[in-house]
Amino acid sequence: MKALAFGAALALSCAAYGQDVAKEIQRYRQMVAEGSPAELFELEGEELWKKPQGPKNVSLQRCDLGEGPGVLKAAYAHLPRYFKDADRVMDLESRLLHCMSTLQGRSREEATARVFGSADRPSEFELLSIYIAGQSRGVKIEPGLSQPKEKASYELGRALYFHRVGAWDFSCASCHGDEGKRIRMQELPVLYKPEAARPVIATWPAYRVSTSQLVTLQWRMNDCYRQMRTGPGNKR
Amino acid sequence: MRRLALLSAVLAFPAMADPTPADVQGIMQRDFHPRGQATMDRVVQDGLQRVCTETRDRPPADVAKALEADQLKTIVYPEGSLMGDWKRGEAIAQSGRGLTWNDKPGDPAGGSCYNCHELSPKELSHGTIGPSLRGFGKTRGTGPEVQRYVYGKIYNAKAYNACSQMPRLGASGTLTAAQIKDLVALLLDPASPVNE
Repeated sequence: MKALAFGAALALSCAAYGQDVAKEIQRYRQMVAEGSPAELFELEGEELWKKPQGPKNVSLQRCDLGEGPGVLKAAYAHLPRYFKDADRVMDLESRLLHCMSTLQGRSREEATARVFGSADRPSEFELLSIYIAGQSRGVKIEPGLSQPKEKASYELGRALYFHRVGAWDFSCASCHGDEGKRIRMQELPVLYKPEAARPVIATWPAYRVSTSQLVTLQWRMNDCYRQMRTGPGNKR
Repeated sequence: MRRLALLSAVLAFPAMADPTPADVQGIMQRDFHPRGQATMDRVVQDGLQRVCTETRDRPPADVAKALEADQLKTIVYPEGSLMGDWKRGEAIAQSGRGLTWNDKPGDPAGGSCYNCHELSPKELSHGTIGPSLRGFGKTRGTGPEVQRYVYGKIYNAKAYNACSQMPRLGASGTLTAAQIKDLVALLLDPASPVNE
């Protein structure tokens, strides 16, 4: 099961108490991995992908996620990437929004009214994301890096990672900058190093055990910015 | 062939140039939006944040010294003793609330201390981003100088280490003077569990 919150890299550890907790959490993760609620969400996502919606009353099935119209296999593993029709780099959510607008004729306001959902009711983006990510199981994560705009996007992301900002002066590297650090009991992967980032990013979108909630990478980064004391990074 | 390679290197240059903090700020001002008390001024860097970003937290010694002197001026010391109540301090150290877009403005904030530091040995769930402060007061006593240092460090950590990862908890308006005094007591009071 790919869509499982936190990889083994994030397993907790600390003192004797910590080891007991870590063992229990590991056991729970194993259990969830064998029969994750995320699988049910994938089915719901598939229904949404095929459901005619919007003023044009069509489904997203002709949406081009980079591998060709309607091709889902390996699409998620190759995002974000440059799209010529939009002349910019898009991740999964921004590409889905593009298709909702161009194919279904939906407005940005309507489509993004509820980007992040709840434990009871995941959002359309979350359900679509987990379904589409599921079609990349076993595919190596290789976002676009050949186009000039892809390279520029990568460099901007890297600069953003080290950009200190907000009421508490944090950058991503304030927490995810050095090996072996923790917030409370949570180990912090050094995400600017590909070997540390890859196994973690491969587990998203994730079913988050602590909140029983389906969450996307956009949610994760947005909630990091909440804790960094800036405003939200997903403009409506 | 050689000319072709050179040409492509020139063409690739604009994309490969390192984005500046101003470029990043432009992206944040375009893509971020205000919510609750987290207004858009939060994504505008101040001079210190800018220098720390540009130098990857290693500013030249003279620049660091000037920044620290500047930050020292922001610290406002209350009259009298700087030691409050360690029990209230412990609660403040535990709380991670305050200043996020879903915190109600005016609600008391916490210091998020345990997120990064070990303090009381009773709290096993502590972070390790900052140094362990267990036993902090044992070797330092409770004299006015050490009280003043601890109060100042919590009020504005950047006055002592320009690019410290620790928030400026007083200068940012997160904690009140009374709350910082309670944290000073948590660290220095011989009766505090930190000094067990």
